[in-house]
Amino acid sequence: MIHFDNVTKTYANQGRPALENVNLDIEKSEFVFLVGPSGSGKSTFLRLVLKEERPTSGRIHVIGRDLARLTNWKVPLLRRRIGCVFQDFRLLPNKNVYQNIAFALEVIGKPRRFIRKVVPEVIDLVGLEGKRDRMPDELSGGEQQRVAMARAFVNRPMILLADEPTGNIDPATSIGIMKVLDRINRTGTTVVMATHDAAIVDSMRKRVIELEYGKVVRDQSRGVYGQAY
Amino acid sequence: MRAQFVFHEVWIGLRRNLTMTVALIVVVAISLSLLGTGLLFVKQVDNTRSYWQSRVQLSVYLCTAASLGGTCAKDGAVTPAEISAIRNELLGTHDVTSVQFVSQAQAVQQFEQEFANDEPIVKYTDKDQIPSSFEIRLKNTEADAGAVTSVMDGAPGVSEVVDDASILDQFYKLLDGARNAVVSVAIFLLIAAILLVANTIRLSAFNRRRETSIMRLVGASNFYVQLPFLVEGMIAGLFGWLIATGLLIGVKSLLLSSLQSVFPYGVQLSTADLVEVIVIAMITGLIICGSTSFLTLRRYLRV
Repeated sequence: MIHFDNVTKTYANQGRPALENVNLDIEKSEFVFLVGPSGSGKSTFLRLVLKEERPTSGRIHVIGRDLARLTNWKVPLLRRRIGCVFQDFRLLPNKNVYQNIAFALEVIGKPRRFIRKVVPEVIDLVGLEGKRDRMPDELSGGEQQRVAMARAFVNRPMILLADEPTGNIDPATSIGIMKVLDRINRTGTTVVMATHDAAIVDSMRKRVIELEYGKVVRDQSRGVYGQAY
Repeated sequence: MRAQFVFHEVWIGLRRNLTMTVALIVVVAISLSLLGTGLLFVKQVDNTRSYWQSRVQLSVYLCTAASLGGTCAKDGAVTPAEISAIRNELLGTHDVTSVQFVSQAQAVQQFEQEFANDEPIVKYTDKDQIPSSFEIRLKNTEADAGAVTSVMDGAPGVSEVVDDASILDQFYKLLDGARNAVVSVAIFLLIAAILLVANTIRLSAFNRRRETSIMRLVGASNFYVQLPFLVEGMIAGLFGWLIATGLLIGVKSLLLSSLQSVFPYGVQLSTADLVEVIVIAMITGLIICGSTSFLTLRRYLRV
């Protein structure tokens, strides 16, 4: 699903590369934790997958496509197959739960009929039944993140990228969020989650990839967060 | 359904940016109106020129009892013998195409007709002071006028030779001056309009950056992301043009017609002329709004 072949990424004004000689393979339906200190390259990794950035060298294949060969106008089509969740939720403040999720579908031209059918399903999936008319400022952090996940998942993407989704959420609520992610993963969606949350990583025992200063230092199948700190 | 979505986004954008959009509409309206007015002036001058080209060109005014010009003070009113002499002279001149005598009686009649609306002038002008004249048409205006004038000036019985063309030249200069002034202001305003379009789009894009970034993330095509802004720009331009059209119609009917009483155009601008100017204004407006929107979006809306 995601294939990094000797990828290096150096940003313009920085000396040290954000990612250095990264070789990775992530298969379909895998659940991967991306861990490492701030600045280790986790966010860069996710941006490269979305083609928000281009690698300085190396090749990246996502869902079988070579990103280097992907023309600019095909990039939106790729992004429709990838869902994104962020630490700051990124909801539209003037739209309610239903509209926020529907927005993702309206914007890619899906018909009303389709939206009306699919959005309620995904609202139930994330556990927000009955809250479809709430505005974001009427929701707790955990609930807002669920809306974001619903929006990311509503188009049944093949990959779900999560950049520190539990960063702004208390530990108890985080468990609920992770349950939703797990449910999504069980439907066959590949999940890549960048995180600082040691407790969650330790409790779920999924594949852990550790980055340090842009290099992959550990790639463990049923890993824990970290050893040497 | 998609169209509905786009128009909904456009409506939201317009509402958020209302003051800037209104400013844009006003500037576009004024600059297009001024441009159109300048074009109307140009057309008016052209039409006037061609109209007068074929009409009376030279007037040789003959002495009356009260005239003071030429030899009149010395010799008094023109005699019939002098009239025939002058007529023969004129008919003999090479480039004169027609000679027409206007007697004093006829001249008085024309005078009363022309100033029919101005009672005081008619009442207080001494009819004896209105001279008879020869109205002459020349084959080639500029060149021949000089020749005929030099021959007639100072001839017995001739009070004054008036070259209509020189009068009209003054008038053309005035209109040209007005046109240049109007067009320069129009150009400044068009530049202002371009800057305003760019700024409005920039502001709009900034206001909507949350929606835009989510749209890009979720995989909306570039076209879809840019479309609401383009439409906003075009709508503002369209409204500006509509207002300009109204103003131009006003200019044509009110301004130019009222100037008619001061300057004798001889020929009015037709509706076809007005329509042509309005269409030119529309095309200018479209090009300006469209291209500026497009270029600004490429710069400020990351796609």
